[in-house]
Amino acid sequence: MSTTQALPEHHKNCDLLFARAEESAMAARWPECEEAFGRFRAEIGAHFETEEQVLFPAFEAATGSRLGPTQMMRLEHAQMNTLLGQIGQAVAARDADGFAGAAETLLILMQQHNMKEENILYPMCDQALAGQTLAIGDEIARRAAAPCPT
Amino acid sequence: MHPNLSFDQAPPIGVPLRFLLTAPWFGVAAGLLLAWSGEVAVLSRWTPQALALTHLLVAGFLLQAMTGALFQFVPVAAGGNVWRPRLAAAIIHPMYIAATALLVAGFLAANGSLLRLAAGLFLPTVLLHVALVGSALLRTPARGATIAALRVAVAGLAVTVVLGASLAEGIAGSHAWPLVQVTNVHAAWGLGGWALMLVLGVSYFVVPMFQLTPQYPAAFARWAPIVLVGVLLAWSTQLLDAGADWLPLVWLAGLGVAAVFAGVTLWLQARRRRRIADPTFHFFRGAMICLLAAFASAAAMVLVPALGDEPAAAWWLGALVIAGTFVSLINGMMYKIVPFLCWLHLQRQAGIGGTVPNMREIAPERAQRLQLRLHFASVTLLLLATFYAEVLVAAGAAFAASCAWLGWNLIDAVRRYQGFRNRAGAGAAGREP
Repeated sequence: MSTTQALPEHHKNCDLLFARAEESAMAARWPECEEAFGRFRAEIGAHFETEEQVLFPAFEAATGSRLGPTQMMRLEHAQMNTLLGQIGQAVAARDADGFAGAAETLLILMQQHNMKEENILYPMCDQALAGQTLAIGDEIARRAAAPCPT
Repeated sequence: MHPNLSFDQAPPIGVPLRFLLTAPWFGVAAGLLLAWSGEVAVLSRWTPQALALTHLLVAGFLLQAMTGALFQFVPVAAGGNVWRPRLAAAIIHPMYIAATALLVAGFLAANGSLLRLAAGLFLPTVLLHVALVGSALLRTPARGATIAALRVAVAGLAVTVVLGASLAEGIAGSHAWPLVQVTNVHAAWGLGGWALMLVLGVSYFVVPMFQLTPQYPAAFARWAPIVLVGVLLAWSTQLLDAGADWLPLVWLAGLGVAAVFAGVTLWLQARRRRRIADPTFHFFRGAMICLLAAFASAAAMVLVPALGDEPAAAWWLGALVIAGTFVSLINGMMYKIVPFLCWLHLQRQAGIGGTVPNMREIAPERAQRLQLRLHFASVTLLLLATFYAEVLVAAGAAFAASCAWLGWNLIDAVRRYQGFRNRAGAGAAGREP
């Protein structure tokens, strides 16, 4: 098992929750949207934390650089958090237009972020952390699989 | 190991925007030229008007848009910027405009010296462009079908322009080169080796991304570019032996690869997890239907050679492939790329936590939906013009109007971006002690 194996699958879970939240917002099924968006936000938050607290520090320690790709990934996490805040406000205000605009922006940012991680950063991490697979890989898998509060 | 990979999200915003904002106006010029020249443009692919019209679209609209998109896309797909993007764009952008204008003028005036001059501008510019983008794509540690297809696509652009330059030289210098065969091979590398190859590589990335569809099947993603290159090489043998009777089958096989791509894309879109259908989705789907129609038409022309011998057959296929497929795809992509770039750069400027307008506030969807309808109405008119020459003026005018509307929608988005940026900048300046 590679260190980062659990993460791409977790991206897909987050995508699914995002799609459900967006669809229910567009259909003005707000209670359903609130539930799906709440779960999405919790899952993606757990994903960011796992990367920022476990994977990135290990990669940075192994490569001796904090200024490489992980810095840009942290910045994009922060940008996504800003959009998540805007979507949260739109859900609370039952504002379908505000939801749609922020959600479309988040979707593109999130997807291109995931692609960069899956195609470039995760393979680099797997290579750099090849000797430490067990401890870090298990921690990542445990966090990605943990049930999230809704 | 590449711990120092920049992973930067984007070159300066002006780099992709200058190409993307220019492209639609070449479409406007093409539509107006069609409305003005009428039937002459349709009668044969060899009339000066037809050649000028085609190159306004492929060397104007398509090349500008695809160049701008690549400057933005390569950092995301490959994890690093193109070397000195601002300088590169400042050279490549005006050179492509000038070269295309000279090329079109050369066709319309039947002036070999102008064609030669155009080739003289295109060649070094394309070589610079290919070297810069190609080296970014070769240096990246990223792997996968997208990177592979993009590498082949930039090589395909180089082949296209080298063949195009040899055509210009052949016409201007009256060399006894097999102009028909060189033109066939030039067009195939341009539309198949460059444009379609690029669309394959970018689609592998963006189709799952925009609509949350499943990924393209790995075997298809890997083999489609390889088969397409094989088809193009087989097609290129006509430079040595023009008489081979299997050439029409090679041509059909090339469109077959395109049709399988279109079929797979429609199949993936039918399985999308994001059910919302935005204008970009409709542009993509319309483009794929046109590509399937082009293959069906080509198959009919191979089976019934009399159909293919009709002078307007080339017009029908050209309208389906260039206007129906490539212009539609680019139009749809622009509605994602331009507002996203505006948002990304505003967000960076505002800093984390700063509130900036989202994509729909920068580019309202309603205008996009209306322009989408006009675009496909104009494609329908272009196709009808194959049979009813009297609709040509309307088709040209509608296409020009649709491209102008696209161009305006993009400018409008950039104006909103600039307005917000300036207000935010003034606000920040006002808060300074």
